[in-house]
Amino acid sequence: MHIKTIAPATKAPRPRPLSPNIQIYRPQLTSVLSIANRVTGILLSVGAVGLVIWLSAAAAGPGPYATVQQAIGSWMGRFVLFSCTFTFFLHLCGSIRHLVWDTVHGFELRSIYISGWSAVAASAALTVAAWVAGLCVGGWL
Amino acid sequence: MNRPLFRSPLGRAIGLGSAKSGSQHWLVQRVTAVALVPLTLWFAASIIAHAGSDYPVFIAWLRTPFAAGGMILLLIALFHHAALGLRVVIEDYIHSGVRFAAVIAIQLCCYGLAVTGIVATLRIAFSGE
Repeated sequence: MHIKTIAPATKAPRPRPLSPNIQIYRPQLTSVLSIANRVTGILLSVGAVGLVIWLSAAAAGPGPYATVQQAIGSWMGRFVLFSCTFTFFLHLCGSIRHLVWDTVHGFELRSIYISGWSAVAASAALTVAAWVAGLCVGGWL
Repeated sequence: MNRPLFRSPLGRAIGLGSAKSGSQHWLVQRVTAVALVPLTLWFAASIIAHAGSDYPVFIAWLRTPFAAGGMILLLIALFHHAALGLRVVIEDYIHSGVRFAAVIAIQLCCYGLAVTGIVATLRIAFSGE
Protein backbone atom coordinates (compact mmCIF):
# COMPACT_ATOMS: atom_id res chain seq x y z
CA MET A 1 0.00 0.00 0.00
CA HIS A 2 1.36 3.37 -1.03
CA ILE A 3 1.17 6.11 1.56
CA LYS A 4 1.12 9.62 0.18
CA THR A 5 3.15 12.03 2.23
CA ILE A 6 1.95 15.60 2.38
CA ALA A 7 5.32 17.22 2.85
CA PRO A 8 8.26 15.09 1.81
CA ALA A 9 11.05 15.45 4.31
CA THR A 10 13.71 15.42 1.58
CA LYS A 11 12.49 18.64 -0.04
CA ALA A 12 14.44 21.69 1.06
CA PRO A 13 12.28 24.32 2.74
CA ARG A 14 11.41 27.28 0.55
CA PRO A 15 13.36 30.34 1.66
CA ARG A 16 11.02 32.52 3.63
CA PRO A 17 10.62 36.18 2.65
CA LEU A 18 12.68 38.43 4.86
CA SER A 19 11.60 41.70 6.42
CA PRO A 20 11.81 44.82 4.20
CA ASN A 21 15.33 45.11 2.96
CA ILE A 22 17.14 48.39 3.28
CA GLN A 23 18.15 48.42 -0.43
CA ILE A 24 14.58 48.27 -1.79
CA TYR A 25 12.96 50.35 0.93
CA ARG A 26 12.11 53.97 0.19
CA PRO A 27 13.70 56.08 2.92
CA GLN A 28 11.25 57.88 5.15
CA LEU A 29 11.89 60.53 7.77
CA THR A 30 11.19 57.99 10.51
CA SER A 31 13.76 55.43 9.38
CA VAL A 32 16.32 58.06 8.36
CA LEU A 33 16.16 59.72 11.79
CA SER A 34 16.34 56.34 13.53
CA ILE A 35 19.52 55.51 11.62
CA ALA A 36 20.79 59.07 12.11
CA ASN A 37 20.47 58.78 15.90
CA ARG A 38 22.71 55.74 15.82
CA VAL A 39 25.22 57.22 13.37
CA THR A 40 25.43 60.50 15.31
CA GLY A 41 25.95 58.49 18.50
CA ILE A 42 28.94 56.73 16.93
CA LEU A 43 30.33 60.01 15.56
CA LEU A 44 29.95 61.73 18.94
CA SER A 45 31.87 58.88 20.58
CA VAL A 46 34.72 59.73 18.21
CA GLY A 47 34.24 63.39 19.12
CA ALA A 48 34.48 62.44 22.80
CA VAL A 49 38.02 61.20 22.12
CA GLY A 50 38.75 64.75 20.89
CA LEU A 51 37.37 66.14 24.15
CA VAL A 52 39.78 63.97 26.17
CA ILE A 53 42.72 64.97 23.94
CA TRP A 54 41.77 68.64 24.40
CA LEU A 55 41.51 68.28 28.21
CA SER A 56 44.79 66.36 28.38
CA ALA A 57 46.50 69.06 26.33
CA ALA A 58 45.12 71.72 28.68
CA ALA A 59 46.43 69.75 31.67
CA ALA A 60 49.85 69.33 30.01
CA GLY A 61 50.41 73.08 29.79
CA PRO A 62 50.12 76.17 27.58
CA GLY A 63 52.34 74.70 24.82
CA PRO A 64 50.35 71.53 24.07
CA TYR A 65 47.10 73.45 24.58
CA ALA A 66 48.15 76.04 21.99
CA THR A 67 48.92 73.24 19.51
CA VAL A 68 45.46 71.72 19.93
CA GLN A 69 43.78 75.14 19.80
CA GLN A 70 45.67 75.87 16.58
CA ALA A 71 44.41 72.60 15.08
CA ILE A 72 40.83 73.47 16.11
CA GLY A 73 41.25 77.00 14.75
CA SER A 74 42.29 75.80 11.29
CA TRP A 75 39.66 75.58 8.54
CA MET A 76 39.69 71.79 8.74
CA GLY A 77 39.38 71.94 12.54
CA ARG A 78 36.51 74.38 12.33
CA PHE A 79 34.75 72.23 9.75
CA VAL A 80 35.08 69.20 12.05
CA LEU A 81 33.88 71.23 15.04
CA PHE A 82 30.93 72.58 13.04
CA SER A 83 30.00 69.03 11.97
CA CYS A 84 30.33 67.91 15.58
CA THR A 85 27.99 70.71 16.67
CA PHE A 86 25.27 69.66 14.23
CA THR A 87 25.84 65.98 15.06
CA PHE A 88 25.50 66.80 18.76
CA PHE A 89 22.27 68.77 18.37
CA LEU A 90 20.74 66.14 16.07
CA HIS A 91 21.55 63.40 18.60
CA LEU A 92 20.24 65.59 21.44
CA CYS A 93 16.94 66.37 19.69
CA GLY A 94 16.57 62.77 18.49
CA SER A 95 17.19 61.50 22.01
CA ILE A 96 14.62 63.87 23.49
CA ARG A 97 12.14 62.37 21.00
CA HIS A 98 13.10 58.92 22.24
CA LEU A 99 12.70 59.96 25.87
CA VAL A 100 9.21 61.28 25.09
CA TRP A 101 8.36 57.98 23.36
CA ASP A 102 9.55 56.15 26.48
CA THR A 103 6.68 57.82 28.34
CA VAL A 104 4.31 56.27 25.74
CA HIS A 105 3.45 59.62 24.14
CA GLY A 106 3.60 60.90 20.58
CA PHE A 107 3.30 57.59 18.73
CA GLU A 108 0.60 58.73 16.28
CA LEU A 109 1.97 58.95 12.73
CA ARG A 110 1.20 62.67 12.61
CA SER A 111 3.02 63.34 15.92
CA ILE A 112 5.99 61.26 14.78
CA TYR A 113 6.40 63.35 11.62
CA ILE A 114 5.87 66.66 13.46
CA SER A 115 8.47 65.76 16.12
CA GLY A 116 10.82 64.42 13.43
CA TRP A 117 10.83 67.57 11.33
CA SER A 118 10.98 69.66 14.54
CA ALA A 119 14.12 67.79 15.58
CA VAL A 120 15.76 68.43 12.20
CA ALA A 121 14.80 72.13 12.21
CA ALA A 122 15.82 72.61 15.86
CA SER A 123 19.21 70.94 15.26
CA ALA A 124 19.93 73.22 12.30
CA ALA A 125 18.76 76.34 14.18
CA LEU A 126 20.71 75.46 17.35
CA THR A 127 23.87 74.76 15.33
CA VAL A 128 23.68 78.14 13.59
CA ALA A 129 22.81 79.90 16.88
CA ALA A 130 25.73 78.25 18.71
CA TRP A 131 28.19 79.25 15.98
CA VAL A 132 26.92 82.80 15.66
CA ALA A 133 27.18 83.15 19.46
CA GLY A 134 30.66 81.62 19.51
CA LEU A 135 31.95 83.76 16.65
CA CYS A 136 30.49 86.90 18.27
CA VAL A 137 32.04 86.13 21.68
CA GLY A 138 35.37 85.34 20.04
CA GLY A 139 35.28 88.62 18.14
CA TRP A 140 35.36 87.03 14.67
CA LEU A 141 31.95 88.35 13.73
CA MET B 1 18.06 23.59 18.64
CA ASN B 2 14.75 22.39 17.12
CA ARG B 3 14.91 18.78 18.26
CA PRO B 4 11.69 17.82 19.98
CA LEU B 5 12.00 18.07 23.71
CA PHE B 6 9.49 16.73 26.15
CA ARG B 7 9.97 19.75 28.31
CA SER B 8 7.66 22.50 29.39
CA PRO B 9 8.28 26.07 28.09
CA LEU B 10 9.37 27.01 31.61
CA GLY B 11 11.81 24.12 31.69
CA ARG B 12 13.38 25.32 28.45
CA ALA B 13 13.55 28.95 29.61
CA ILE B 14 15.22 28.28 32.95
CA GLY B 15 18.93 28.83 32.71
CA LEU B 16 18.74 30.80 29.43
CA GLY B 17 20.06 34.12 30.63
CA SER B 18 19.09 36.39 33.45
CA ALA B 19 15.51 37.39 33.91
CA LYS B 20 16.25 40.09 36.46
CA SER B 21 18.71 42.50 34.84
CA GLY B 22 17.22 42.66 31.34
CA SER B 23 16.01 46.23 31.67
CA GLN B 24 19.16 47.47 33.43
CA HIS B 25 20.98 48.37 30.19
CA TRP B 26 17.95 50.18 28.81
CA LEU B 27 17.39 52.07 32.07
CA VAL B 28 21.01 53.20 32.54
CA GLN B 29 21.07 54.36 28.90
CA ARG B 30 18.09 56.61 29.75
CA VAL B 31 19.49 57.82 33.09
CA THR B 32 22.78 58.85 31.44
CA ALA B 33 20.84 60.45 28.55
CA VAL B 34 18.80 62.57 30.97
CA ALA B 35 21.98 63.55 32.82
CA LEU B 36 23.70 64.47 29.55
CA VAL B 37 21.00 66.94 28.47
CA PRO B 38 21.93 69.65 31.04
CA LEU B 39 25.61 68.65 31.18
CA THR B 40 26.26 68.88 27.43
CA LEU B 41 24.25 72.11 27.11
CA TRP B 42 26.23 73.62 30.01
CA PHE B 43 29.48 72.47 28.36
CA ALA B 44 28.49 73.90 24.97
CA ALA B 45 27.49 77.21 26.56
CA SER B 46 30.78 77.36 28.51
CA ILE B 47 32.83 76.68 25.39
CA ILE B 48 30.95 79.41 23.50
CA ALA B 49 31.52 81.80 26.43
CA HIS B 50 35.27 81.04 26.26
CA ALA B 51 35.60 81.33 22.47
CA GLY B 52 38.77 83.23 21.74
CA SER B 53 39.88 83.43 25.38
CA ASP B 54 43.49 82.55 26.11
CA TYR B 55 44.94 79.73 28.18
CA PRO B 56 45.01 81.37 31.67
CA VAL B 57 41.36 82.46 31.37
CA PHE B 58 40.26 78.99 30.30
CA ILE B 59 42.31 77.31 33.06
CA ALA B 60 40.93 79.73 35.68
CA TRP B 61 37.43 78.70 34.63
CA LEU B 62 38.12 74.96 34.71
CA ARG B 63 39.75 75.36 38.14
CA THR B 64 36.52 76.53 39.75
CA PRO B 65 34.83 73.69 41.70
CA PHE B 66 31.63 74.09 39.68
CA ALA B 67 33.34 73.78 36.30
CA ALA B 68 35.65 70.94 37.40
CA GLY B 69 32.74 69.06 38.98
CA GLY B 70 30.58 69.59 35.91
CA MET B 71 33.36 68.41 33.62
CA ILE B 72 33.90 65.23 35.66
CA LEU B 73 30.16 64.50 35.73
CA LEU B 74 30.04 65.12 31.97
CA LEU B 75 32.91 62.68 31.36
CA ILE B 76 31.30 59.97 33.53
CA ALA B 77 27.85 60.30 31.95
CA LEU B 78 29.24 60.72 28.42
CA PHE B 79 31.50 57.68 28.40
CA HIS B 80 29.04 55.48 30.28
CA HIS B 81 26.38 56.43 27.70
CA ALA B 82 28.83 55.84 24.83
CA ALA B 83 29.88 52.45 26.21
CA LEU B 84 26.25 51.31 26.46
CA GLY B 85 25.31 52.66 23.04
CA LEU B 86 28.35 51.36 21.17
CA ARG B 87 27.85 47.95 22.76
CA VAL B 88 24.36 47.73 21.24
CA VAL B 89 25.69 48.81 17.85
CA ILE B 90 28.35 46.08 17.97
CA GLU B 91 25.85 43.45 19.11
CA ASP B 92 23.49 44.39 16.28
CA TYR B 93 25.94 44.38 13.38
CA ILE B 94 28.85 42.10 14.27
CA HIS B 95 27.90 38.44 14.27
CA SER B 96 31.29 36.75 14.05
CA GLY B 97 33.63 35.69 16.80
CA VAL B 98 35.08 39.22 16.82
CA ARG B 99 31.91 40.42 18.55
CA PHE B 100 32.88 39.45 22.08
CA ALA B 101 36.36 40.94 21.68
CA ALA B 102 34.92 44.13 20.17
CA VAL B 103 32.44 44.55 23.04
CA ILE B 104 35.24 44.18 25.61
CA ALA B 105 37.57 46.50 23.66
CA ILE B 106 34.96 49.24 23.35
CA GLN B 107 34.07 49.08 27.07
CA LEU B 108 37.75 49.28 28.07
CA CYS B 109 38.37 52.18 25.64
CA CYS B 110 35.38 54.12 26.97
CA TYR B 111 36.28 53.76 30.63
CA GLY B 112 39.97 54.36 29.91
CA LEU B 113 39.10 57.60 28.11
CA ALA B 114 36.75 58.66 30.90
CA VAL B 115 39.50 58.19 33.51
CA THR B 116 42.05 59.99 31.30
CA GLY B 117 39.69 62.95 31.00
CA ILE B 118 38.91 62.99 34.73
CA VAL B 119 42.61 62.85 35.66
CA ALA B 120 43.33 65.73 33.25
CA THR B 121 40.51 67.77 34.82
CA LEU B 122 41.77 67.04 38.34
CA ARG B 123 45.32 67.97 37.34
CA ILE B 124 44.04 71.35 36.17
CA ALA B 125 41.77 71.77 39.21
CA PHE B 126 44.51 71.02 41.74
CA SER B 127 47.53 72.49 39.95
CA GLY B 128 48.91 75.14 42.27
CA GLU B 129 49.77 78.48 40.76
